[in-house]
Amino acid sequence: MPAPIRLRELIRTIRTARTQAEEREMIQKEFIVEFGTNAIHSLSEYNHFYSSMIQPVKSDLNHSTQYVQGLALCTLGCMGSSEMCRDLAGEVEKLLKTSNSYLRKKAALCAVHVIRKVPELMEMFLPATKNLLSEKNHGEILHTSVVLLTEMCERSPDMLSHFRKLVPQLVRILKNLIMSGYSPEHDVSGISDPFLQVRILRLLRILGKGDDDSSEAMNDILAQVATNTETSKNVGNAILYETVLTIMDIKSESGLRVLAINILGRFLLNNDKNIRYVALTSLLKTVQTDHNAVQRHRSTIVDCLKDLDVSIKRRAMELSFALVNGNNIRGMMKELLYFLDSCDPDFKADCASGIFLAAEKYAPSKRWHIDTIMRVLTTAGSYVRDDSVPNLIQLITNSVEMHAYTVQRLYKALLDDISQQPLVQVASWCIGEYGDLLVSGQCEEEEPIQVSEDEVLDVLEGLLVSNLSTPVTRGYSLTAIMKLSTRFSSMNRIKKVVSIYGSSIDVELQQRAVEYNALFKKYDHMRPALLERMPIMEKTATNGPAEIVQTNGETDSTILDTKHLPSITQPASQVGQCNYHICFCFAGIPPMTAYNKNGLKIEFTFERANPNPNIAVITIHATNSTEADMTEFVFQAAVPKQQLRMRVKLTYTHKGSPVQDLAEVNNFPPQSWQ
Amino acid sequence: MQFMLLFSRQGKLRLQKWYVPLSDKEKKKITRELVQTVLARKPKMCSFLEWRDLKIVYKRYASLYFCCAIEDQDNELITLEIIHRYVELLDKYFGSVCELDIIFNFEKAYFILDEFLLGGEAQETSKKNVLKAIEQADLLQEVRRLCFLKAFRGQKHFAVQVS
Repeated sequence: MPAPIRLRELIRTIRTARTQAEEREMIQKEFIVEFGTNAIHSLSEYNHFYSSMIQPVKSDLNHSTQYVQGLALCTLGCMGSSEMCRDLAGEVEKLLKTSNSYLRKKAALCAVHVIRKVPELMEMFLPATKNLLSEKNHGEILHTSVVLLTEMCERSPDMLSHFRKLVPQLVRILKNLIMSGYSPEHDVSGISDPFLQVRILRLLRILGKGDDDSSEAMNDILAQVATNTETSKNVGNAILYETVLTIMDIKSESGLRVLAINILGRFLLNNDKNIRYVALTSLLKTVQTDHNAVQRHRSTIVDCLKDLDVSIKRRAMELSFALVNGNNIRGMMKELLYFLDSCDPDFKADCASGIFLAAEKYAPSKRWHIDTIMRVLTTAGSYVRDDSVPNLIQLITNSVEMHAYTVQRLYKALLDDISQQPLVQVASWCIGEYGDLLVSGQCEEEEPIQVSEDEVLDVLEGLLVSNLSTPVTRGYSLTAIMKLSTRFSSMNRIKKVVSIYGSSIDVELQQRAVEYNALFKKYDHMRPALLERMPIMEKTATNGPAEIVQTNGETDSTILDTKHLPSITQPASQVGQCNYHICFCFAGIPPMTAYNKNGLKIEFTFERANPNPNIAVITIHATNSTEADMTEFVFQAAVPKQQLRMRVKLTYTHKGSPVQDLAEVNNFPPQSWQ
Repeated sequence: MQFMLLFSRQGKLRLQKWYVPLSDKEKKKITRELVQTVLARKPKMCSFLEWRDLKIVYKRYASLYFCCAIEDQDNELITLEIIHRYVELLDKYFGSVCELDIIFNFEKAYFILDEFLLGGEAQETSKKNVLKAIEQADLLQEVRRLCFLKAFRGQKHFAVQVS
């Protein structure tokens, strides 16, 4: 034991002192080294004394007492700055080669810290790693050695290839650990050195990833650990967990992968919620690659939706959505709707969006789809995302045979509750669109209700005045009322409402009312066509789950307006509002196709401005009929002053590559420029 | 591991070990937020939670919460074992450890932690070896303390008890 020898020396030295002062000095000198190191310990990295401490730490690293050296390594390894690491890396490297295992393991972890701080220094530790795993060390430094090797392999692909040759050695060490008898020093609940087992498994994972040979070399040991590890306590499960992660990441054979997923399945049934949690996390990572294997555990996963723990619930929800398919949609949706009812508000938005997506992909029937949407809107209506509203409107529009049923259900929902804005918006829009079906009692799916035009207008006007309605909702209901002027007979009432809101404080509402008023007064001949039933919106193929589909009705009049009039179109740029399609073809100028190539079709429609008939408002409709998105779409037009002709430049991104095209549009109908 | 915090059920911090460089202000902010989050957890909840971009592993032993922040690739279950090992070391050292031991001997608690973990990783996986190292260092410190005291009391010659 070094301490007493050192101490005797100390005592001897002090005894040689001739004066008290000298004695005190000698002892103080010994003490300051220790104190100094402790002092650094409590300093934060941002202390400006830090750089001046490098020398004391350096000398401590070379101290004759391993305890002091250990302290210095600890200090450096826990909070050494990059500057300190650079200066002292050499000392650490030296200590990494010492035969003193107490210091060697500290040096290894210190080296890890140095590498994290100054990655360029990694190379200098390479020679010292040569014998780290050799048996001579009785396993004492194995754990820290594996940690150091892991750090190096994670940071450098070169190091990774270099260390791949260690796989057989690591496999052997792991085998010895699980085969060897009881080792009291390293035992935790009957398992030999679980910390080391876990670290070896993690290093194997890194070495085996993407490499067939290494993966094969570790196949057997992984199977062995997976089947032989005792699972009654957390420690065994910790090892199994790491094993599963490794199996899933390397190029393992399918039998082993199934074994791994089954372990996770068993984890899901474990009483320990921590185990269930890690199981769900891992399953979420593998559900894409091993979908069928995970499907087998679907019912257990769905049960986890009822778990008390928030994190477990969230994971179970995400996993459930990943597992929904055409076969299990009805059953899964039942569970998910029940979950939506009872879950925390934090979940509701995500759950609702997920349900809408799943319903859209796998709905077994239109009626089921509408019912599901209704259920979501009525139970979690206020949590539904704003962008769901236009999506739902489009869906409803396209479910032609369900219009009467849908509007009836939505109307009834409004009678119960007008506080949930997304529900109210969708309902208003539907009533505006299909109010005629509502009052004529055409519903076939269920008992048609008896409702009069006045009752319907009462409800819509109620939305306009209610405190619960947001400005956006008010916009929806005013437009709906306006639309009913062509579907209902009570015109006077509608005219009155519209004129009242012409002086509304809300500018948006005011503008609409003024325009609708104008529609009554000056453009009454246009009104029926303008407000007619929305056509089915052509859907482009959906690519990803969250995509909002381009509709036929998208207008972008801002590009080509020769003069901005009080326009009758709703600005298409406002989020949360539906894209209102208005047909201008009645203006006497027929629409034309300006460009039609590679799935991109651009149509122009015209309107003569009134009172100035010399001004034509051209609206462009751009549609994408391909399966891929077209993004970053830019339309540029140059128009010469005389004859109406146009040079057009289009740029957009399609299937990842940029597309550019130039075109000339000269098939403008004569009426448009005469 | 990025850091470890020990705090009481009233939210009083008893030990903090940081393995990443952060300003005092950031440390205080993190501590405050995390303590609040963990104390708000109900007993039936699991020991793991996501917080910012880290995984938090916590376990309560009597009146103390042991709370570790680990990175994405770290194993949560083995971290629970690390925490448990630390508690066992404290227990062995102090003899049936309780919060008061940590309060009045915090430097020893830090010291034990520093012999067990370095830079956030376990340096020694044998309980016995960690305790042995602590014992040796203790002894050395104790003997030096005695020397120092005696020297300051002005005695020219002294006998030292070495056990």
